[in-house]
Amino acid sequence: MTLTDLWVSFPLIVLVGGTLVLMIGVSIVRTHKLALGLTLLTLILSVAAHDIALENITTGYELFGLLNVSGIQVFFNVLFLLGAIVTALFAYPYFNERMERCEEFYILLLTATAGAMVVAAATHFASFILGLEILSISLYAMIAYPRESHQPLEAAAKYLVLSAVASSAILMGVALVYAASGTMAFAELNISPESGERSYFLLGQALICVGIAFKLSLVPFHMWTPDVYQGAPAVVTGYVATVSKGAVIALLINYVQATEVLSYTGVFYAVVFVAVASMIVGNLLALLQTNLKRLLAYSSIAHLGYLLIAVLVVNTARPELVLETVLLYVAAYFIITLAAFGIVNLTSEHATEDNEQMEAYTGLFWRNPLLASVLTAVALALAGIPLTVGFIAKFYVFAAGVEGTAWALVWALLIGSAIGVFYYLRLIYTMVKQVEPGAAALPQVGTQSVVAVTVLGLLIVVLGVYPTPMIDMIRTIVQASGF
Amino acid sequence: MTILYLILFLLGAGLVACLAERLNVNAPRWISLLAFIAATIWTGAIWLGGVDPATGFYVVGELSWIPSLGINVILKVDGLSLVLVGLTTLLGIIAVVSSWSEISTNRGFFQFNILWVMAGVVGVFCAYDLFLFFFFWEVMLIPMYFLIAIWGHEDRSYAAMKFFLFTQVSGLLMLVAIIALVWLNYEATGVITFSYDELLNHEVSGTVASLLMLGFFIAFITKLPSVPVHTWLPDAHTQAPTAGSVILAGILLKTGGYGLIRFTVPLFEEASRDFAFVAMLLGVISILYGGYMAYSQSDFKRLVAYSSIAHMGFILVGVYAFNELGMQGAIVTMIAHGFSTAALFMMAGSLQERLHTREMSQMGGLWVKAPRMGAMTMFFVIASVGMPGLGNFIGEFLVLIGAFKVNVPLTVLATIGIVVAAVYGLSLMQRSFQGTPNPQVAAMEDFGFREISVYAIMIVALVWIGVYPQHVLDLAQPTLDALGVAL
Repeated sequence: MTLTDLWVSFPLIVLVGGTLVLMIGVSIVRTHKLALGLTLLTLILSVAAHDIALENITTGYELFGLLNVSGIQVFFNVLFLLGAIVTALFAYPYFNERMERCEEFYILLLTATAGAMVVAAATHFASFILGLEILSISLYAMIAYPRESHQPLEAAAKYLVLSAVASSAILMGVALVYAASGTMAFAELNISPESGERSYFLLGQALICVGIAFKLSLVPFHMWTPDVYQGAPAVVTGYVATVSKGAVIALLINYVQATEVLSYTGVFYAVVFVAVASMIVGNLLALLQTNLKRLLAYSSIAHLGYLLIAVLVVNTARPELVLETVLLYVAAYFIITLAAFGIVNLTSEHATEDNEQMEAYTGLFWRNPLLASVLTAVALALAGIPLTVGFIAKFYVFAAGVEGTAWALVWALLIGSAIGVFYYLRLIYTMVKQVEPGAAALPQVGTQSVVAVTVLGLLIVVLGVYPTPMIDMIRTIVQASGF
Repeated sequence: MTILYLILFLLGAGLVACLAERLNVNAPRWISLLAFIAATIWTGAIWLGGVDPATGFYVVGELSWIPSLGINVILKVDGLSLVLVGLTTLLGIIAVVSSWSEISTNRGFFQFNILWVMAGVVGVFCAYDLFLFFFFWEVMLIPMYFLIAIWGHEDRSYAAMKFFLFTQVSGLLMLVAIIALVWLNYEATGVITFSYDELLNHEVSGTVASLLMLGFFIAFITKLPSVPVHTWLPDAHTQAPTAGSVILAGILLKTGGYGLIRFTVPLFEEASRDFAFVAMLLGVISILYGGYMAYSQSDFKRLVAYSSIAHMGFILVGVYAFNELGMQGAIVTMIAHGFSTAALFMMAGSLQERLHTREMSQMGGLWVKAPRMGAMTMFFVIASVGMPGLGNFIGEFLVLIGAFKVNVPLTVLATIGIVVAAVYGLSLMQRSFQGTPNPQVAAMEDFGFREISVYAIMIVALVWIGVYPQHVLDLAQPTLDALGVAL
């Protein structure tokens, strides 16, 4: 291990070190505030450590043959860390109100984030599976964290079982691919068309894709999503929807570029099918929902379908456009989703159950204009209407689809968006309806979370109107990574 | 940059109006009214400032926005844009006054939406960057959605949703067409740009051109609207509050016609020429179908809404006649229809405020009770029917002359539409203001100074265009010359 190795892995070391400090700290003094403080400090230090890491990498840096850290990974890592910071801020008032011991939640949050960072940088099946399991196991516990309630436990059990199935699919796939090609490093995975083991190899690839599709909750592997989204505490749902999915997307991009798995026609058309099905089915099922968390679950299925368009044109469009689209979309999706679950979370702070029925938001415009404005921005952003960052993201996907001449996918995106407008507008309409006399009062909300949600809402609008800084930054990152 | 300041001014006034409600419930409408008066004077000043000989435009403003994608804020005002911006700000005044006493809840947010929708429309009329154009195109939807969904009538949820869905989905088709056009230009020249002027130089031909042209065409005729994508309009107009109907009919429909003239025809000239017959046929069908449906309505507002479809058919016929007369006629129709229909929607709003119904069976003989209202209705019905001497006549007559050179049978059918207009127009008048007085209507307050003065503005505008249309024709002429279309 050289000194440069150390500097490049420094953010991860800081994060893991902070986790250990927190773990010991919690066992000595149990103070919720202190735990939150240590967590935020660790996360912020880790963000800062990326600056040091960046100085030591040019286009990309190979770490131990397991991880590859480039500007793109740094981008994803910083997103994960920021997502974790927002999650920690939302979690504090939520758990403080309803639970006695909540310090362990932050340990899980840090380990999950570390897992996500490993997955995003993985270039080898060993690091991929290691990271994925650190992430998933932390998530099981985070979902089940309000242990006295029924729903979170049920959701965690569902996630545990189904996620284990997905993990075993991936493991089986890895075994088959290894048997056929004799290597576990992404870049060396290849097989000649004449080889007798080709069928194993393709079967293995298919199984790995199934596992990834499950983690990204793409149709037809989406069944767990609405139940888990609904059952988990809103703050954890936000984290599952953003960081855990973001990590797998980063991996997917690495994997697709390193192994060129999409150049196998069968795999390509299977992924096209999955993308189209996710866009259409996700949006159609979202139409039927009356529960905001379930609605967001189905909408996230559709959104990952949109994102898959950019991945699918990897061989036909310019690679830099593909990467820009993915990074921009993920960043936008992070902001929007965190804001959405942030609102659900903060209106539930003082309630016994999450404030997740759509009716609960009736007349929000007249009861709490600020929150209603943010939720409106979220809905418009998810629908991809201009003035919001969601539009910029969708614009990029359209551009990637057109440039990659993937017309079937562009049509699916169009139809999906059209259906989407319907239920996002219904959410907005619910908020502008007049409150009927005698309706339950809106739950109280804490200032700290309101500030966090407002900042996210402002980001949605500001980056929607003036996205230039974000676009330029992403472009610089992509170019610096050798594209 | 003046025009960007104008847009920002309207947006800012919207925010101020929204916040001012806390100080005084009546403050928002005054702020809004003053903002529109200022904007109208501002537009007038731009007109008097004259064309800058160096650029050929009244005002030009450019600002870097997303340079890495070749997207910039390019706003230019030529004669056509100026006329339509003037119409927008003037109808802004009318919309505010027409809903002066109608709105009793959330007045601040109401004026906010009116100001923001108008700001979006001004942007649409001046944008010379396709991304910016699309941006404004969608931005004006959201406040309009709120206007219908919050302050609309009984069936507002359905109407607002339908309005938004139709425009949004057809807009997405246009977005795909825009991106494809930019990408084709990039393939050919190696430059990514959304600038209208640069894309104008790029010739697209063959099937691709037809498909892209259709993307734009569908978006614009949905807004116009023309058969078969018109079904959102009767619902949206009927359910919207008066100011919403005035804005929808007066301004928002015109963005469709403007889009056809500014974008579809010049960007895809060849494809548009090949498509002209179909477009004119759709226009004629709209004229006849709109007229037929208008006659069958019993709801005052719905009748006017269907009559809009008929009038907008003339725009389609005029634009696709591909000659100067037809285009000029389409532009004059846009302006005249803006005033005459806005007035009729205001009348429907005033009647509803007084009688709490829009059903004409509940009216009848109202002239006796409110002679001033009756006279006003008479004037605007006659204008809308196409009486010579008023604006609408000039527009429709020019369209018909233009179309006659191209396709006689279609022109004959379109002319029948004018007869149909007389039938439904007069039937509207008879069923509401004439005939035996309805015993259920006890007394009705007649118009006061506020209403009369607003109608006076519109009467002056219609007579002016009707008697001396040369002003509008002169303003629009350079635009038509510069379109790059051999008329």
